[in-house]
Amino acid sequence: MIQVIIGSGGINTMLDFLALIGRQFLSKIAGFGRASFILFYALFAWPQPKNFPLVITQLYNVGVKSLLIIAVSGLFIGMVLGLQGYTILVDFGSEQSVGQMVALSLVRELAPVVTGLLFAGRAGSALTAEIGLMKATEQLASLEMIGVDPLRRIVAPRLWAGFISMPILSMIFAIVGVYGGALVSIEWLGVYSGAFWSVMQDSVDFYDDVLNGIIKAVVFGIVVTWVAIYQGLESIPTSEGISQSTTRTVVYSSLMILGLDFVLTVLMFGDI
Amino acid sequence: MRSRTVEILVGLFLVVGLLAAVGLAVSVSGISGANGGSYKVYAHFENIGGLTKKAEVTLAGVQIGTVSNIRLDPRMLDAEVEMQIFADVDYLSIDSSVQILTSGLLGGKYIGLSVGAEEEVLVEGSVIEDSQSALVLEELIGKFLFDKVSE
Repeated sequence: MIQVIIGSGGINTMLDFLALIGRQFLSKIAGFGRASFILFYALFAWPQPKNFPLVITQLYNVGVKSLLIIAVSGLFIGMVLGLQGYTILVDFGSEQSVGQMVALSLVRELAPVVTGLLFAGRAGSALTAEIGLMKATEQLASLEMIGVDPLRRIVAPRLWAGFISMPILSMIFAIVGVYGGALVSIEWLGVYSGAFWSVMQDSVDFYDDVLNGIIKAVVFGIVVTWVAIYQGLESIPTSEGISQSTTRTVVYSSLMILGLDFVLTVLMFGDI
Repeated sequence: MRSRTVEILVGLFLVVGLLAAVGLAVSVSGISGANGGSYKVYAHFENIGGLTKKAEVTLAGVQIGTVSNIRLDPRMLDAEVEMQIFADVDYLSIDSSVQILTSGLLGGKYIGLSVGAEEEVLVEGSVIEDSQSALVLEELIGKFLFDKVSE
């Protein structure tokens, strides 16, 4: 910064600009480093039996409380899929395939992705706000003062609760959606129920479709909780800071879910 | 902070998740480990024309098994189809014939089996000698045109 004091000119402005870019870049990289540190530390901090009850509390906060919104969305999405699929397929006289369409689109794509998005909005934002407020009110610092590791006590149980509840929520979403689709197609539109289920069971493979969908859900669960906790820990400890971090959690994790979904779909189902 | 209600609700959540997994496995993907087992028989086809794995094997329209594997036989240069026949269908005679059929005009392919007259029955690893390939529309049209021209 000596040059700034010595004199001003085109070259100095440019150097300042370059320095600014460098600083921004380094702080982003450092952020990634801190984020991975949090993830790995929290993962390896798991095998402490005295933290199990904390995980249960967090499973309640993260999983059980998201159950209703997930089940209701799954029901409606399955019903819409059944209705739309029927109106298109009936033109080709193959309305029996509506079961296959509903089940495959739910199990492979919609269940993990929509659950992930709802999970980011419902649980991720709450996690960020909670941890951000803990930071703002200096609870995390106080924990450290009395010799309790906040990463172990606060962060690890929340991360694990996110990893565990996302695949469960996604499976519930898928099964509720399939039954919603069955309700619309079989009961209301009059598709023959035997054909509906048998075409579905012939085309859905447990390992290729169901397990890959669950793997997607686990990945999205890791992404959402990780982003949420990192944003909470990094938030500026003011009311604006916390609100910005909460917004950022939802935006970043939604974008990452959609982007990662494409990558995972290519790896799992695409022949590119 | 942690009450009995929370524990019960979390337990319920995990149980519902487990039920969802079982439901996805059984009612959606139709996995079934306990159908009394099955035995494998093989057949060679000149052309399988769109037959896929998991296609049905039927006798008189009733499903008696599924196609479990399809591969190219490098010696005979034809398609070898492996079929899993349900174990309780153990009375198919050794000279049965198989045919690749289409369900509906545009539907999926399946294998139709017709029973022969021999006393001896198909067992694990048997090969069905008499097979009829899939009907390929282009070949059919070609044959028809050729017949027309030669008239």
